[in-house]
Amino acid sequence: MALCNGRCSTCNGCLGNKPSSETRPDECTKRILLAGNPNVGKSAFFSRLTGVHAMSSNYPGTTVGFMEGTLRTEGACYRLVDVPGAYTLEPTNEAEEIARRLIEDGGEKVIIVLDATALERNLVLALQVLEKGIPTIVALNMVDEARHRGVLVDSAALQEELGVPVVSTVAVTGQGIRELVARLGEARVSPLSSTPREERWQRIGLIVSRVQRVIHRHHTWRDRIEDLSVHKFWGALVGIAVLSLSYMTVREIGEGLINHLLDPFFEWAVRPGLMKVSDLLGPGSPLHTLLVGTLFDGQIDFEQSFGALSTGLYVEFVMVLPYIVAFYAVLSFLEDSGYLPRLAILFDSLLHRVGIHGYAIIPTLLGLGCNVPGILATRVLESRRERFIAATLISVAVPCAALQAMVVGVLGNIGLRYVLLVYGALFVSWIVLGRLMHKLLPGYSPELIVEIPPYRMPSLHAFAVKLWFRVRGFLIEATPLVLGGILLANVLTTAGIIGFLSRLVAPLFNVVLGLPASAAGAILLGILRKDVAVGMLVPLGLSANQLVVATVTLSMTFPCIATFVVLWKELGARDTAKSLGIMLLTAFSAGGILNAAFFFLP
Amino acid sequence: MKMTLNALEDGIRAIISKMPEGECGKRLEALGLYPGKAITKISGMPFRGPVTVLLDQRQIAIGHGVSSRLIVDVANPDGKKA
Repeated sequence: MALCNGRCSTCNGCLGNKPSSETRPDECTKRILLAGNPNVGKSAFFSRLTGVHAMSSNYPGTTVGFMEGTLRTEGACYRLVDVPGAYTLEPTNEAEEIARRLIEDGGEKVIIVLDATALERNLVLALQVLEKGIPTIVALNMVDEARHRGVLVDSAALQEELGVPVVSTVAVTGQGIRELVARLGEARVSPLSSTPREERWQRIGLIVSRVQRVIHRHHTWRDRIEDLSVHKFWGALVGIAVLSLSYMTVREIGEGLINHLLDPFFEWAVRPGLMKVSDLLGPGSPLHTLLVGTLFDGQIDFEQSFGALSTGLYVEFVMVLPYIVAFYAVLSFLEDSGYLPRLAILFDSLLHRVGIHGYAIIPTLLGLGCNVPGILATRVLESRRERFIAATLISVAVPCAALQAMVVGVLGNIGLRYVLLVYGALFVSWIVLGRLMHKLLPGYSPELIVEIPPYRMPSLHAFAVKLWFRVRGFLIEATPLVLGGILLANVLTTAGIIGFLSRLVAPLFNVVLGLPASAAGAILLGILRKDVAVGMLVPLGLSANQLVVATVTLSMTFPCIATFVVLWKELGARDTAKSLGIMLLTAFSAGGILNAAFFFLP
Repeated sequence: MKMTLNALEDGIRAIISKMPEGECGKRLEALGLYPGKAITKISGMPFRGPVTVLLDQRQIAIGHGVSSRLIVDVANPDGKKA
């Protein structure tokens, strides 16, 4: 992968971070690398050591880029780099490629994090890193869970074997962290000679036999559930149960927040104030149109008035935010429990038929929250072909939570069958497009090979912090775009630009989609935010069928600006252009077919 | 008795005798599977779905195609769980 054309030695990784000498005049220029296998708790360490929040979950591949933070110890100050998880320095995917480069670039010290429950496999990377001759200290993590599973690792003996200091830790609770920091100064270059590839397992076997003792223990209930979740028959039942329960929980929390908290709050607190503003500005004045919007029977209609302060605030805080909170609460729980990789096993066979393997279910689920992290997470897939297929499928047929909230909010009022129609159309498009890409794109897709982590009870604190960061991220990113989007829509409408553009594409919309020119404006503004675009469809007086066609086309066509940027970064200009072409074609085909279906089968 | 991992019955312990060639073999090895290592098959999913094995108390999922190229050796094919 030609990610940085040999410039790495001068620019410290060159994946967006600038050369240290120019941007860091302070003393914190020495790098410490935090390296280890996927899912051993590196990000939990990183958060503990730097105070910077790093997203951590219970599945391999949570960190696919890398993060940096400042670690201050007594008398010293370092830049701590959270290296993406790697099983080996002979890279088999993009995350491992980044890890290899970061470690080749070197640093002042390395902290190797080992998972005490899977020592043998963890030692492969450890030996490879020790060979690099960087002063090293080892954190033997998850010692509590290992003990629980009957695996006893003697840290003193391991220290003897590796020739570098070893500290026992439990990163999620913070146990051993202070000792690790205190002993950072003891990090040193391992005296071990390098191991030829053929002798690696033998050597590791010898080390393991000297430092680890396994006590026989009986099957626990956790083992039983773990086996059941991947069983031919019971596994599918567990999957259906988990997914339906998740869906119902999101609906319950989302609707509960809307009906019992946020909508009443808006009626009580926002409406009276906004009516005063309306009186002050005078209905019909330009500023009134921008901020308050159109009045219906002298009253504000939060869903239709379309002012920045009426519909703008209402869309973001009442219609969308509750579902964002609900979705991420459920997703975070699933992530931390360790269920998601099991879902990959269940979905592997289906996903193989569209040219990606089961693990792509994780980016897809993330995409149901927001397409941006979904597309970023496609880095867990090994080949460029798979990443292209997965990223394109996410931007075309996986609606984000904000868009779904609006679809449910707007179409749900008319009838549940229209909501189901939208989801059905998206799902069918996903399958058809996936099959086509799988057949037509050159190359082949690798197979699923993945480690399944043990089930773990999510920690309440970690869960709360993660949820807060995700909701905060939504508020920071969406608020300016939603309010700005509505302002812009109003300005463009008033200036006649929307009308002009709409007339330009009107024939296409009329003939193919059966939609009036006015709907074209909404779909065009979907470029800013798709939830706002659905909001723009509401006052147009479309029929239920037309709304379905418009929402499906809007969901599938051009991605919102944030998704576009991340697609560009991940796929490059050429593939992004290809992906966009596919999106436009699929959106108009699907919309056209739906329109024809409504025409012939009313 | 030697057979592919696919053909192995659920719940049976076996020794890896030959790894698949190429990139897949490398990825499996990175996860801790190598000739001579003992694994227990937990399940194989229907419709050419993946096989799940237990390796030192850790589950590993292996795609159908790769698992049909991984050869294992069962010491006592008639024996139950080891």
